[in-house]
Amino acid sequence: MSLQVDDLTLYYQTLHGDVKALEGATFSVADGEIMGLAGESGCGKSTLANGLILLKPPMRFVHGSVRLDDEELPVWDTDRMDAFRFRRISIVPQYAMNALNPTRKIGKMTVELLRSRKVDVRSTLPELERRLDLVGLSHEVLGMYPIELSGGMKQRMVMVLSTLLDPSLLMADEITSALDVSTQKAVARMLVEFRDRRFVKSLMVITHDLSILNQIADSILIMYAGRLAEKGSTDRIINAPRHPYTRLLIASLPKVGVRHRQTRLTGIPGSPPFLLHPPVGCRFRERCPAALPECGEEPPFVEIEKGHYVACWRESGTDAEA
Amino acid sequence: MSKYFRRKLFIYVLTFFLAVTIDWLIPRFMPGNPIQVLIARANLKAESAKVVYSYYMRAFGLDVPIWNQYANFWNALFHGDFGTSLWLFPQPVIKIILRAVPYDILLLLPAILLSWFAGNKFGAFAARSKWLDNTVSPLGYVLTATPYMWLGMLLAWTFGIVLRVLPFSGAYSYALMPTLSWIFIWSLLEHWILPFVSLFMVMFGGWAIGMRNMIIYELEADYSHYLETLGAPRRLIRRYAFRNALLPQITGLALQLGVIVAGALVTEIVFSYPGIGYLILQAIQNHDYFLLQGCFLFVIIGVLLANLAIDVTYVLVDPRTRTGMQGER
Repeated sequence: MSLQVDDLTLYYQTLHGDVKALEGATFSVADGEIMGLAGESGCGKSTLANGLILLKPPMRFVHGSVRLDDEELPVWDTDRMDAFRFRRISIVPQYAMNALNPTRKIGKMTVELLRSRKVDVRSTLPELERRLDLVGLSHEVLGMYPIELSGGMKQRMVMVLSTLLDPSLLMADEITSALDVSTQKAVARMLVEFRDRRFVKSLMVITHDLSILNQIADSILIMYAGRLAEKGSTDRIINAPRHPYTRLLIASLPKVGVRHRQTRLTGIPGSPPFLLHPPVGCRFRERCPAALPECGEEPPFVEIEKGHYVACWRESGTDAEA
Repeated sequence: MSKYFRRKLFIYVLTFFLAVTIDWLIPRFMPGNPIQVLIARANLKAESAKVVYSYYMRAFGLDVPIWNQYANFWNALFHGDFGTSLWLFPQPVIKIILRAVPYDILLLLPAILLSWFAGNKFGAFAARSKWLDNTVSPLGYVLTATPYMWLGMLLAWTFGIVLRVLPFSGAYSYALMPTLSWIFIWSLLEHWILPFVSLFMVMFGGWAIGMRNMIIYELEADYSHYLETLGAPRRLIRRYAFRNALLPQITGLALQLGVIVAGALVTEIVFSYPGIGYLILQAIQNHDYFLLQGCFLFVIIGVLLANLAIDVTYVLVDPRTRTGMQGER
């Protein structure tokens, strides 16, 4: 098991109190698995990713545990985490296009970074060049400043840099969001290739674009308002979703061949709750078309079939009857 | 690259022309007639005063129409002639100015450079430690908001009048003549301390605050966060942040160095320090068109040269300007 997260709870400290951005996250990512993490803006996707690699104020660790390759990850201790960052767990950040120091040549910055992490530069450079070839960047970029690269090139550079030390887990945070559709596909393929070539053992792909996940992910984790809603294999989530939120989410995607002049695109009525004072019980209750009286209590995240977890009273109810 | 500098140069020439024109105009907008001031000092009889007046009007070229005066002024300027001072008649303006410039450089160059170095260092320190941030930053705000002359007067009063340890008037003892002797150099140094400290402290506050804010901004920039997620040591991240935060400070430094020849007007007045600032005040009080023009001309040239230096420096230190230039070929 590459990554095992148990009951991870992260709050943001504000003057008005804690914003409960992530509560009771329990899930695992297997070796070689590409897990998609989806949900709407503000549901806690990036909080989860940042919490795993760079947990610093105003984000606050409340409780939970994280294990990476059966080793405890001290996410709450920024200094001790340094040993794991880059080598064991790495991220391609949301802001990949601004992630490089604008006044340093890319190659020089890379060398300085590697040296500061006590990595043998001479033996790593040939690998770096091989990987640049793989993503279609010429070796000349190492002698360039970030401003001389296009946004897409910078992103690929960051992808190569982040995975250079072959981490166990790579988190890709919204890396396809700012790209056009054909480039999206190329980047998505690159991620799969990185996994296939074992540059990274497993991947967490954070996005709000389910169609990308459908193409590359082995499993999908759906989040809603700081809680996990459903996790299952890509096929189950796309074709047989069980949580009402996932169902509505999938149903609201535009379908090929449907003329939207006649049928309006549907969405999910309402908006997610504010996480400063989240509602008790199921957080989707307000917008849920199938809400039950039990929904006033928080639904557990239970396995309803092998590898398929849902946090919904309806599902756990039928499961109990069966 | 050469196109970039050609265009810059054109802008500088145009700016020079306009600035010098304004420089020529401003003294002439002053009420009063300089020649009459000059004659009034001589205490002449009415008839002879009239003769002397018309003589001086011709001598200074003030009897021709205003546009003609303007043309004559440019003509003289191209021949390196700055005119003759009215206040210190008949000394040439250029000589008076050149006599004052060393004092300005002596006073301002160390004050600006040292305050820049110290301010940047302390600002960067303040940005990384809460304790320092709570002490240095408020002090910096107070210092930078302090008027130069008020701090100057405070220092002169404390060290010159109450404690009687330092002189606070002139650039050297009034009992001495400028010679190259240890006594004179010692006197020069003694008189230099108070104006220097008053300038240094006010400027130091400004630099420290500027640097502190820039560093905090850079440490929150995306590239700093990315390095953090890659577990880069704090030292590396700070080094990058410092280097990037320094760029706007370099602009500020060059601009300050540009006005070095203008002296520090109020400080020089407080300490009766014979720099250009002191000359400007005297020139205004004595309706000395030519001296005032000359002083401002020095300021104009200084500022333009400093700006040119910034343009060149930026090309060297900031790759973004360098690559930007390649794009506009």
